Amino acid sequence: MTGAQILIECLKREGVEVMFGYPGGQVLPIFDKLYDADIKFILTRHEQAAAHAADGYARATGKPGVCLATSGPGATNLVTGIANAFMDSIPMIAITGQVKSSLIGNDAFQEADVTGITRPITKHNYLVKDVKDLCRTVREAFYIASTGRPGPVVIDIPSDIQMQDTDFIWPETVEIRSYKPTYFGHPGQIKKAAKFIGESKKPIIYAGGGIISSGAHLVLMELAQKIQGPVVMTLMGLGGFPSTHKLSLGMLGMHGTAYANHAVTESDLIIAVGARFDDRVTGRLDAFAPHAKIIHIDIDPSSISKNVKVDIPIVGDAKNILGELLEAIKKTPDTSEWFKTIDTWKKKHPLIYKDGGKIKPQYVIEQIYEATKGEAIITTEVGQNQMWAAQWYKYNWPRSFISSGGLGTMGFGFPAAMGAKLGCPERTVFDIAGDGSIQMNIQELATCVCNKINVKVAILNNGYLGMVRQWQELFYKKRYSYTCITGPDFVKLAESFGACGIRVTKKEDVRPAIEKAINTDNTVFIDFHIEPEENVFPMVPAGEAINRMIDGMA
Amino acid sequence: MKHTISVLVENKPGVLARIAGLFSARGYNIASLAVSETQDPSISYLTLVVEAEDEKILEQIKKQLNKLIDVITVTDFTKKEHIDRELVLIKLAYSAKDKAKLESVLGKYVAKIIQHRADTAIIEAVDQQDKIRQLLQDLEKFGIKELVRTGRVAIAY
Repeated sequence: MTGAQILIECLKREGVEVMFGYPGGQVLPIFDKLYDADIKFILTRHEQAAAHAADGYARATGKPGVCLATSGPGATNLVTGIANAFMDSIPMIAITGQVKSSLIGNDAFQEADVTGITRPITKHNYLVKDVKDLCRTVREAFYIASTGRPGPVVIDIPSDIQMQDTDFIWPETVEIRSYKPTYFGHPGQIKKAAKFIGESKKPIIYAGGGIISSGAHLVLMELAQKIQGPVVMTLMGLGGFPSTHKLSLGMLGMHGTAYANHAVTESDLIIAVGARFDDRVTGRLDAFAPHAKIIHIDIDPSSISKNVKVDIPIVGDAKNILGELLEAIKKTPDTSEWFKTIDTWKKKHPLIYKDGGKIKPQYVIEQIYEATKGEAIITTEVGQNQMWAAQWYKYNWPRSFISSGGLGTMGFGFPAAMGAKLGCPERTVFDIAGDGSIQMNIQELATCVCNKINVKVAILNNGYLGMVRQWQELFYKKRYSYTCITGPDFVKLAESFGACGIRVTKKEDVRPAIEKAINTDNTVFIDFHIEPEENVFPMVPAGEAINRMIDGMA
Repeated sequence: MKHTISVLVENKPGVLARIAGLFSARGYNIASLAVSETQDPSISYLTLVVEAEDEKILEQIKKQLNKLIDVITVTDFTKKEHIDRELVLIKLAYSAKDKAKLESVLGKYVAKIIQHRADTAIIEAVDQQDKIRQLLQDLEKFGIKELVRTGRVAIAY
């Protein structure tokens, strides 16, 4: 078999049903084999979108997403998408063509040092130098991408390797002596954690994306109920615990709920699971949960005690460890007083917005929530749209909220929605976008229409790069430097691609437009003209303690 | 404070770049780095001397190294009984009349003249880094033209 045939055969054996990409000179042999392969290939209109779509597919399904691009510019266009998957620990395989082996290092046409460029933004990467290594390399790549703390893996394949012949030898098992993730927690540490929980009066569970990647949501629910502890979630953790549950305090951090942030600050024990104490979560470090002991459960030892000193580190898989912890807890805390305090915060600082005037973005999202009965997959772009989507849609299942957390990539949501829709065709998929972000990968309208990927895009159109404008308003004396942005006529634009476009300028038209979009068998852009200078509140100013929020209600 | 760490890695292309990249990306400083094959040709042995102001940074360095797929083991020699050495080659200004004086200096160290010509001698010394530092101070007066050091290598029992 040729290298290209081997690659396709490996992808099939790894269970790949759909992949995203763009052809080019150095991947011609692979594309020739794809022509007859029974793998669905989605031709995006930009390689960056292929990477984001593979990422969205992975987030929605839990399976590794696969993207493919040619050498040089094809590969460098994937870079943002790879970095995005890396920051959020998403399993992804990015396959790139490379110039033929004899030309590597010669500044050949469309050559880029792809393994060099992607080294700091991948979990691992490979340059295949011998066709005999290809099969094992693909197998290892999938194994590495999807085990331990997941992440993207790049396989760079020179075009001559794609054409060379060798026997197809499929390794039944993968054995990498230098890569052995820890899955089960240390029993002594678990016992200690159980004791701390029993002795605490004001415990809080701080749940991150690790809950979702390890599939720990059910056991997390058991734990929360057993100890009657409140649960706060990171952006990546949304959906890991039902937002409508009485123990849920929603999201914490910079744009978290006031009661989540107060509860974390006043807690005496934090049970952190699959979260990494990111600066957007902790705010000013020395004021973060000053009275709390910290139990930190994470599969990546390097996440533990990186930003915040931890009292009980437990390395391993969240689902396993929470299960072990449930067994180990003999005494449960009495949290009734703790909840009385939390309820006063909830009453005093609810998550609210002032309605009236132009359409409020929060209202749009509430209406999307109601119209989809909370069962849609929501993807987001980055900025205000993302934070409103995190605050105002209630996520009750894992893999329902798909957002660029770590890297904060504008232009992510639309291609990610395509990937999510292809992975979960029966679900309604909404991309909640801003008028700035949507313009970053708007070319994917063609991909959607051509492949009948019926995603719905709700553009919260305020004529600004809203989040940056908000910072300029609050911290730069309203000097709106280059944040006022124009766009096309989104309705006409959508129509010109063969999609459906709806414009909404009145509050009473919001819900009907959403219903129409859901019931339209096509890709739909809804252009909501919203209050131009609406802000995301509450907000913790950068570098401030998380209980020192601006609520915007004064 | 300087810490000595040894790292066993897969002997594959790009591994050194991964380690160097890890340090530069996180702003950690490598004071010295020595790499060689081991008795098993598929494994390379790195001895790294790193500067870390506090325990937290040292811990992160070790964890980040361990996180690299090609890293097999990481050993921190900071609190471990070990032997460490460095080899240095020194090109020294030399004249026959200084020979006795030079030899008496070298006699205090594990050092010797490997070769000399009319005006230049090449000296080899193998010792711990503080001894090497003293030797270099002692040789200053002869006139050091050039020197090259391997960086520290270390091994534990």
